[in-house]
Amino acid sequence: MSTYMEHAEPGVLKKYLWSTDHKVIAMQYLFTGMAMALLGGFFAYGFRMQLGFPDHSVPGLGLITPGKYNALVTMHGSIMIFWVAMPVLIAAFGNFLIPLMVGCDDMAFPRINRLSYQIFLLSVLVLLASFFVKGGPFGGAWTAYPPLSASGAYNLTPAGAVMWLLAVALEFVAFLLGGINFTVTAMNSRAPGMKMYDIPILVWMIVLANVIFMASVGPLIAGAIMLLFDQTMATGFYDPTRGGDPLLWQHLFWFFGHPEVYVVLLPAMGIVAEIIAVFARKKIFGYKTVLYTAWAVGFLSFVVWAHHQFVAGIDPRMANIFSITTLLISIPIAEMVFLYIATLYGGSIHLDTPMLWALGFVVEFLIGGVTGIFLGSSGTDIYLHDTYFLIAHFHYTFVPIAIIATFAGITFWYPKMFGRMLNETLGKIHFWGTIIPFNVIFIPLFITGIAGDQRRVYNYALFAEQSRPELQHLRTVSTIALLFMLAFQLVFLFNFFWSFRHGREAGANPWRSATLEWTVPSPPPHGNFAEMPTVYRGPYEYGLPGHAEDFVPQNVPDSALAGEVKA
Amino acid sequence: MWERYITAASTYAHSIDHLFFLIAAMVGFWLILAEGMIFWLVFKFRARDGRPTQYITGDEPHLKRWISIPHTLIILCDVVIIAWAITVWYNIKQVMPPADATVRVIGQQWAWSFQQPGPDGVFDTPDDIRTVGDLHVVVDTTYHFDLMSRDVVHSFAVPAFRLKQDALPGRVITGWFRPNRVGTYDIQCTQMCGLGHALMAGRIIVETPQQHTAWLMRDSAPVAASEPTPQPTAANRSMVAEVLR
Repeated sequence: MSTYMEHAEPGVLKKYLWSTDHKVIAMQYLFTGMAMALLGGFFAYGFRMQLGFPDHSVPGLGLITPGKYNALVTMHGSIMIFWVAMPVLIAAFGNFLIPLMVGCDDMAFPRINRLSYQIFLLSVLVLLASFFVKGGPFGGAWTAYPPLSASGAYNLTPAGAVMWLLAVALEFVAFLLGGINFTVTAMNSRAPGMKMYDIPILVWMIVLANVIFMASVGPLIAGAIMLLFDQTMATGFYDPTRGGDPLLWQHLFWFFGHPEVYVVLLPAMGIVAEIIAVFARKKIFGYKTVLYTAWAVGFLSFVVWAHHQFVAGIDPRMANIFSITTLLISIPIAEMVFLYIATLYGGSIHLDTPMLWALGFVVEFLIGGVTGIFLGSSGTDIYLHDTYFLIAHFHYTFVPIAIIATFAGITFWYPKMFGRMLNETLGKIHFWGTIIPFNVIFIPLFITGIAGDQRRVYNYALFAEQSRPELQHLRTVSTIALLFMLAFQLVFLFNFFWSFRHGREAGANPWRSATLEWTVPSPPPHGNFAEMPTVYRGPYEYGLPGHAEDFVPQNVPDSALAGEVKA
Repeated sequence: MWERYITAASTYAHSIDHLFFLIAAMVGFWLILAEGMIFWLVFKFRARDGRPTQYITGDEPHLKRWISIPHTLIILCDVVIIAWAITVWYNIKQVMPPADATVRVIGQQWAWSFQQPGPDGVFDTPDDIRTVGDLHVVVDTTYHFDLMSRDVVHSFAVPAFRLKQDALPGRVITGWFRPNRVGTYDIQCTQMCGLGHALMAGRIIVETPQQHTAWLMRDSAPVAASEPTPQPTAANRSMVAEVLR
């Protein structure tokens, strides 16, 4: 342990490609994820410009042809889920926070951790390389339904399709390695005294997310290999003329694809729980109930996948079963949100930037949650399936998850990561400049969806009902709002990089938080804890009566508190 | 859905719309309640000097009620929505009223083509009516459709009918609709099917019996010359036969 801490500072390349320090790997994932988010946002700009101002040349991208449009929507979806939400929410926060929050010096398997990032980076490079191959990048939607994705004759991007699939498969391998690591670390490396119900909710959520991920991704990796064989070796797993079945892919894909929603949701919920507790100065209302609801969500997430396939040609009787399970999942999710809201009761709420983001998450995610009921109900899904109502719905879940909760986490742990505070004024400008345009982007899309706009269509000119001017106005409003939202991200980027050097010194515990990561210096040194901590209580002891401070850190023994009890 | 945004032109359109409104009323209530609660709590318990926070674990029975009562009510709402949704689904997708007519709908990259059996009522005979892009149907007539695809997955969607069904290569998927309003409505493909996905538009023309007869008389060679990419009839038939195999 001590020899480990005394290693000399390695060179830059060595440090950022071969480091086994969980904090460095977290930064690798964070910065890779942020770079990919910029790319994903740029792609959204490309296709929204085409939809808002059809057939005008788009600055930076030129005229959006059908092929280009398909590639843009496919890459936007794939990147935002696989190369932004996953690396940032799970890998970056998980790597940085799990060892610090459970009180150990590094991940259980540091070299597996390094391998995980290296494979992830390889998947990024394969994906980026696919933009430059003959035929261009894959454009068959992020769901990659065969036979379209299986045959170059159908998708016209033979090389792009193979590389996209390889990239996705490599990404899964990276996260399988990470998942093993996170789970083992949280279960086996906890500080003495940290019992199961003393683990911060975020750590629980990341572990649960990884358990769900590892249990669901196997079938999809198998499916991806079969698709790869179909593409490259002329097998016929998904080819009906040779006894295959295209529906098989849909089942394998969504058996993973729906749990994946909860894989990214749970860490986001965890981040929000930590922040609400700190800034409301409150113990989480019903800590154990939050965990039980999360387990229930995790379990149910495995039995809802076919709600993506109500009208896909499956036996119509199956829709009834999946409608029931899908609506059932609303119960634990609603319960969890209620518990978060209840945590505010009786608190002393400080609206600093991280808290604004955390509350923004709850407010916006609720809209995403309730609109899901329309789609989970088989009857209404007949109409709303694959319309912009669906697009708006899942962006009201994924933007709170991958964007809002991520900003909550970054603004909250930035002082710990870099030792300095972000600028609060710029933070608030960025918050309102993101949250208002976000709603202006997607509320009009609920309406165009109700009006029947189908997704992944680059131009509605051929559809009389869809090419009415009133719908075009809504699309244009949505596009303009996106431009505002993207522009306001510059405020964040400026704040993020400027505060590296010019932010106020943070000190170890700027938010007066009770969990272990705030007991070490900011940024934490290699090896994290100068003296390995012992845990004496749960993570959210705020406002405990009879104490001078309004919080009691997890690592302070009761004997040390005796002296400060108020008379 | 609001008629302002999309016409309702089939018998089951309104049952889907009513389900939509029922769900909207129920989730709207919970959404407003929850959002209102958040904003009220944030205002009421904003940080103020000299007011300490309350130490609440969530195990207090008089506070737990505030979670358990809404919890029970949400289960009730779910039951109502599930029952209604399944009823609507059952009537549209699980049972088919007796057919007055049958039509084959064939998706391919990137056009919809249609085959009606013609006067003899038998498919694949010389009097079949074959069209590309346009489907002419008679109002107040129950149609069964046999949906097929020649290549990739497509989705046959008629928003005005609230009809949507994926077309899968290698399978024939049956369904039904009964148009109840004369007019011309869009046919979309709602499943990504490649480069021409946005070009895969069709029209469904709901006519009175008189109009329909007039169209049949006028257009004795129903694969109209103005349509895009007409398929040779013989090839058509062999491919349909292959799909049906």
